[in-house]
Amino acid sequence: MKSTTFSLTCPAPNADNERIQLAHGEGARLSRRLIRQEILAAFANPFLTPLADGAILPDLGGKLVMTTDSSVVSPLFFPGGDIGSLAVNGAVNDLAVSGAEPLYLSVALILEEGLPIPTLRRIIGSMKEAAQACGVSVVTGDTKVVPRGAVDQIFICTTGIGRLRSDANLGVHRVRNGDKILVSGTLGDHGLAVLSAREGLDLGDQLRSDTAPLHRLVATLLESGAEVHFLRDPTRGGVAAVLHELVERSEFAVRLDEVRLPVSPSARGACELLGLDPLHVANEGKLVAIVSADTADAAVEAMRRHPLGSQTAMVGEVVISPPGEVLLANCFGQVRIMDEPSGAPLPRIC
Amino acid sequence: VKYVDEYRDPLLAERLLANLQKTVTRPWTVMEVCGGQTHTLVRSGIDQMIPNKLRLVHGPGCPVCVTPLEMIDRSMEIASRPDVTFCSFGDMLRVPGTACDLLGVRAAGGDVRVVYSPLDAVVFAQKNPERQVVFFAVGFETTAPATALAVRQARRLGLSNFSMLVSHVLVLPAMALIVNAPGNRVQGFLAAGHVCTVMGYEQYHDFAARHDVPVVVTGFEPVDLLEGLLMLATQLEAGRFKVENQYARSVAPEGNRHAQRAIAEVYDVCDRPWRGLGVLPMSGLRLRPAYHDMDAELRFPSTAPSSIEPKECRSGEVLIGLLRPDQCEAFGTRCTPEHPLGAPMVSSEGACAAYWKYGRFANSDLKSASRRDG
Repeated sequence: MKSTTFSLTCPAPNADNERIQLAHGEGARLSRRLIRQEILAAFANPFLTPLADGAILPDLGGKLVMTTDSSVVSPLFFPGGDIGSLAVNGAVNDLAVSGAEPLYLSVALILEEGLPIPTLRRIIGSMKEAAQACGVSVVTGDTKVVPRGAVDQIFICTTGIGRLRSDANLGVHRVRNGDKILVSGTLGDHGLAVLSAREGLDLGDQLRSDTAPLHRLVATLLESGAEVHFLRDPTRGGVAAVLHELVERSEFAVRLDEVRLPVSPSARGACELLGLDPLHVANEGKLVAIVSADTADAAVEAMRRHPLGSQTAMVGEVVISPPGEVLLANCFGQVRIMDEPSGAPLPRIC
Repeated sequence: VKYVDEYRDPLLAERLLANLQKTVTRPWTVMEVCGGQTHTLVRSGIDQMIPNKLRLVHGPGCPVCVTPLEMIDRSMEIASRPDVTFCSFGDMLRVPGTACDLLGVRAAGGDVRVVYSPLDAVVFAQKNPERQVVFFAVGFETTAPATALAVRQARRLGLSNFSMLVSHVLVLPAMALIVNAPGNRVQGFLAAGHVCTVMGYEQYHDFAARHDVPVVVTGFEPVDLLEGLLMLATQLEAGRFKVENQYARSVAPEGNRHAQRAIAEVYDVCDRPWRGLGVLPMSGLRLRPAYHDMDAELRFPSTAPSSIEPKECRSGEVLIGLLRPDQCEAFGTRCTPEHPLGAPMVSSEGACAAYWKYGRFANSDLKSASRRDG
């Protein structure tokens, strides 16, 4: 038996103590020090540094797109990423698939009393890196500390603002019969990586989250001249949820070809073992694109030229009948209805 | 995935189908016993590719489905206790009890957790000595060895805070019930490959001979099922009633002796109620007296009134192949995965769930309407 060591020093609020305390959220000296040392140091930019209650942004000269996202993933760190990179990429990707060029982020941190400050530092570092890689600035934020047990270590809310691209004309209303459905790479990697990290399942070390910013892939696709009608990043609920949402809001059906779905051997093996369908599992760096049939080949070619789209596949098409259904043709040529996942087989994956 | 693709090979499937077409000359009704087999058949569409004369009925081999309502209610009563951490396979959480389900218990503050192995519950009990940890031991002979090992491990560690709510069932008594049921149409069985991996298939020789039914021990991939059906049809056409093994890559005649020993050490055979079917004699497993201190039913005596299964749910008939899910009046209307009347609609191996998930509705108008409304 290991013995537990108790510290006999009183955990008085002081900045040398290496854990988050309630006082870090009280707004007083400790709060200011935390924000200055841990947050401002990472994200410093002319909009954030004055530490005003709001950031005054320049005239962006176009339509604005705004999105918001909350990250509550458990565990905080997993192969391929962590809650910090996920929080940044999540907001950036929501802007990207809306046809926007991502520019600014706001970040709200909800910290649990007792969170080790090195853990926070590591997460902030990862957010900084992700934001730099995306070319976005964190321009405002908020930090709260709640008593132990009120949240699980750290929750992060990110809000993103971007400028609508002039070449983007996207939406369910644009989808036409015969349009082709593309996915930018292998499915289910993120959800399976998080699940296996959380449950300590040994599913092979090739399972890594695909978390990545998609706006440059989207730009490549839009600039290729392909007629792009609809974009989504298939996060929770996977590709199945995206397509179900699409058919529910249009008069069409979609038909997928099971043998064309890109799934890595490790993800396939993990899905076999766990009884999951890769179409139902979350991704954090994949694009579902619906493009006109006559420009689909060009779209595939353009996406494949981008590193995040090198495994792009044309996996199905939009059809007329039966309206409202997602169909899946299997390797035996049989077509069946593909249901959405009901319930939550994989809670807190993002 | 190694060793799986060859059992999903379209060319091989085509050859087997052609062979099946040639073999089947008369109408036959056969049952796939295991819910995992049902899902493969419906998912791959094999049930719609085979000759019309060969009728498939779906069997009782879904452990979640056959767990009786009283056991679900019992699990919720125990899981609601503030001192209890209740661990279960994920499938059980959405099975409706009389009042709600285990997810409802969790939402109301109960400590209900999904584990992937019963040994995880033992580890949790070891790390949390202040909690009463209860594992919901359901399933056929396939899961019983793992739950038996969990009990042995808890005993070895001297844990006083671990117990199990045991609702294990045996597959052969259910098959006997089916062939003896008035109105039975089943003329041959695809036996459940994984149960046989543990138990072997020697026990089926007597069953096949006594009831004049061929039994083919069968796997779970499309090619397995087609081959199993071909072997079964060949026997039926020839008037043979033998036990054959299609799943030899996993099943030995004598099964897995280690696993059997673990089961026999911890459990003995008892009468057990099945959902919709009532009490079947000698059809279940219970903890032996030496392990009664780990029996959650004894540790947490019930104060609840006895459970009455809803009449509207015809899961008993579905489970023994007398009713196809889409023939049930409630299917897709008053019974959906979001609002299930019975377990077969929510279990991952349930026949009703398979029909729902893969869009098998007798009435296609109903299909769009009910799926849209959820």
